[in-house]
Parts: sequence; C-alpha cells; structure tokens
Amino acid sequence: MPRDFNRIVLGLAVFLALVLTPVWTNLFRSVPPLQDPEIATRNIPGKDKCVLPSVEMKVTHMNLLNQWRDSVVRNDQRDYATADGRHFDMSLSRTCMNCHTDKAKFCDRCHNALAVNPYCWDCHVEPLVQPASMGTEVR
Amino acid sequence: MKFGFSLLILALLIVIPALGASLGGAPFWGIVIPYCALLIFLVGFTSRVLKWAKLPVPFRIPTSTGQQKSLDWIQHSPLDNPSTGLGVVGRMALEVLLFRSLFRNTKVELKEGPKLVYGSSKWLWAGALAFHYAFLIIFLRHFKYFVEPTPFWVVGMQNLDSFFQVGLPMLLATDAVIVAAISFLLLRRLLDARIRYISNASDYFPLLLILAIAATGILMRYFFKVDLVGVKKLAMGLFSLKPVVPEGIGAMFYIHMFLVSSLIAYFPFSKLMHLAGVFLSPTRNLANNNRMRRHLNPWNPQVKVHTYEEYEDEFRDVMKAAELPLDKEKQCPKAS
Repeated sequence: MPRDFNRIVLGLAVFLALVLTPVWTNLFRSVPPLQDPEIATRNIPGKDKCVLPSVEMKVTHMNLLNQWRDSVVRNDQRDYATADGRHFDMSLSRTCMNCHTDKAKFCDRCHNALAVNPYCWDCHVEPLVQPASMGTEVR
Repeated sequence: MKFGFSLLILALLIVIPALGASLGGAPFWGIVIPYCALLIFLVGFTSRVLKWAKLPVPFRIPTSTGQQKSLDWIQHSPLDNPSTGLGVVGRMALEVLLFRSLFRNTKVELKEGPKLVYGSSKWLWAGALAFHYAFLIIFLRHFKYFVEPTPFWVVGMQNLDSFFQVGLPMLLATDAVIVAAISFLLLRRLLDARIRYISNASDYFPLLLILAIAATGILMRYFFKVDLVGVKKLAMGLFSLKPVVPEGIGAMFYIHMFLVSSLIAYFPFSKLMHLAGVFLSPTRNLANNNRMRRHLNPWNPQVKVHTYEEYEDEFRDVMKAAELPLDKEKQCPKAS
C-alpha cells in the first residue's frame, strides 16, 4: 500500500462519521417524540370557531398576524371580517390567545422544533395560563 | 446541446416525483428513495476514495506558484511552496477554505494592436466562494429537521441568517446568495463562448440540480407550504432508522426530497467528488522537499551493478602488469 494509505483512510473515516452525525445522534440517544401543538381551546360561547380553518392557519398564521399588525399599528383598523361574515378584534393577546391560552403548548412546540424565533414577544406579553374553569379573564 | 440535455434530465427528475407522489406510494418516495440514495453515496464515495488511496504517489510534484526553499539568500515562499508538513497544512487550508487557486484566475483578451492582455479576474473566485459557503450554511441549517431538540448553533445560525427581517417567513440571506451565485456560475458557462466550448453536460447538470433544489426549498418556504412538523418527523424517522411517513406533507416536499436524493446518489460518479479530491491533489498536499530528501521510487527494479572496487579486484594482476595506477596494491582478503 502507498505511504499515505492509512492517513487517507483515517480522513475518510472522519468524513463518514461527520456525514452520519444525524444518524448516530438519533440512534444513541433517547429522543423525545415530536409533539403536535395543542389546538384545544377554552370553549367560549359564540367563539367556537377560529378565524380561518385550521389547515389554512397552520401555514398562513404568520402572514395573518403580520397583516393584523400592519392594519392596527399603521391604519388603526382593528376589525377583521372572516369570509363567513364573523367579526373579530385584531389582537394577538386578546383574540388569539384568549382561546389558545397556553403559549408553551400552542406556539412554542412547533416553533422550538423548527428553530423558528418569531418576534411577537418582543412587544407582547404572553397571557398567564389559567385553567378553563377559572373564567374568561386573561391578562 | 449539452445544456439542453442537462435541462431535460432535470425536468425528468422533477416530473417523476411530482407525478409519482400524486399517485400515492408515499413510503416509496419518502423512505425507499432517500435510503437508496444514501447507500449509493456511502458506498460510492468510500470506494472512490479507497481507489485513489491505493494509487502510489512516489515523487513530490513541485508545481507551484512560489519560490522553493533553497539557499538562505533566496527568498522562500513558505505557503505557496512549502517544504514542511506544517506549510502543507497552511497551503491546503487556504485552498480548501478560501479557494486560493481560483483567486489566481486570469482573463486573456485580445486588444487593439493586436495585443494580448492578461488580467486578473476574481469573479469566478467570488461566485464559487459565495456559492460554497451559502450551501454549507443551508446544509447545516437543515439539522433542525434532523435532530431534536434543535441544536443551539442551528438556532443561532438561523437568527443570523434572517438578520434583516425581510418578509414573512423572514428571508434567509443564504437563500438569496445561493440563487444569485449559482445563476452567475451557470450564466458564466453559458454566455462566454470560450467557457461554453469547454463545458460538458456534467458541468451544467450539477449546477442546474442544485439550483432546482434551492428553488424548491424557497417555493416550499413561501408559496407551496408544507407541514414542517411532518417533515421533521419523516427526517428524524429516517435518521433514527425507524422510518415513518406522516400524512399530508405536500407534493413540493417530495420533489425537493427526490432532487436531493438524486444529488446524493449522483455525487460519487460526478465532478462533485472534488469534495474528497481537493484533499488528495498531489500538487497541493505534498511538501516540496526534493532538495532535502531523496525520494526513491519503491518499485524500481533491482539494478545489478559492478563497482570499480570489484572491477579492480577482477583485473588487478593485468592492470599491475600494464603499470596502471591501482587503488589497492593487493587484493583484500575476503572478510572472514
């Protein structure tokens, strides 16, 4: 064998180990299963349906929140009318999080898993989590 | 023609999974194809490198752009023409990390006169550097799909990548850079007649394939959104060898996945092997120490020699009779 054969094989082994990082980090470690977000809401009478179907919300919620932010902050327009004629106050804390109260289970599960770091909470304060039976008041 | 052929192959690689995934058989597109591609990559890459490793390189090849180390009063360039192992490490690091040989790219032009003019041309170097580093960052960023919990360095990398907070989902700077850089590298081959003349299908195809991978990734981020949690479940299932195919991920993902699988499977048979080859370039990875050490070719045949000493031993009496000068007056007795 040529003089440098062993060194080249060593380099190859290091490369293959690096390439297979995702395999051995997953194999030799107990990985907590990925959790889907908890969509469960507090059943507020008359507010039992979200502003958009959940399939649409899943992929476009960030765009919707962005539109709401622009509409409220720049145009002072707070009323959001859904396609089926319902009206909502454009507010993350007071509309969205009034039903989906638990940020950790509703927002953070996916965002953490996918390294998404939304800047909602630079300005907003996350509501205190309260059991559904404790009334509707949310800070 | 060669470009058209590459384009045709790429179109097939997009149409096949687009039709296939819509017909169903998600386990085939989500599990079988990626595993096959990874297997081809690992076996192909290893065997190609081992084949290269078995080739003997008995001599130092001092092709270089710097003055070799010789006399003390001649200035030596230790990085361009290193004489020690450490110098070689420096030269290799500059080559692998900063593409030093592309930095030396020159352009020839025929000016009025006629006059032949050579000039510096850094565009190839800049485009290649931008492309490779953007690709590296994008590849590392994808570890958010491979590992749970997401490694902290991926989060940091992504935050830095979306630093400018443009659009929503926020524009990742590397996405813009890679599309711009590949487009440049592709147009460079297509628009310059001289470079087009020396370009083959195997030059166009990897560029087109990687451009298509970047494009499908960007399309998934902004236009044909997919279920990302499902994607992560699928990816982690593959890597933990417990494959699962979550429902309803979206066809664009399967196109992206098929293109990536194609790239991985194509890798060992293509110019992309320069990933390993750059480390095995004999003109770059050997110290030029020909003046300090004698390098013998290990498979030279044994040459039968007859030294003067033996010659004199053989003809001493005859030489003495002819009064020829002798090194030794008497034949040495054989060592007892």
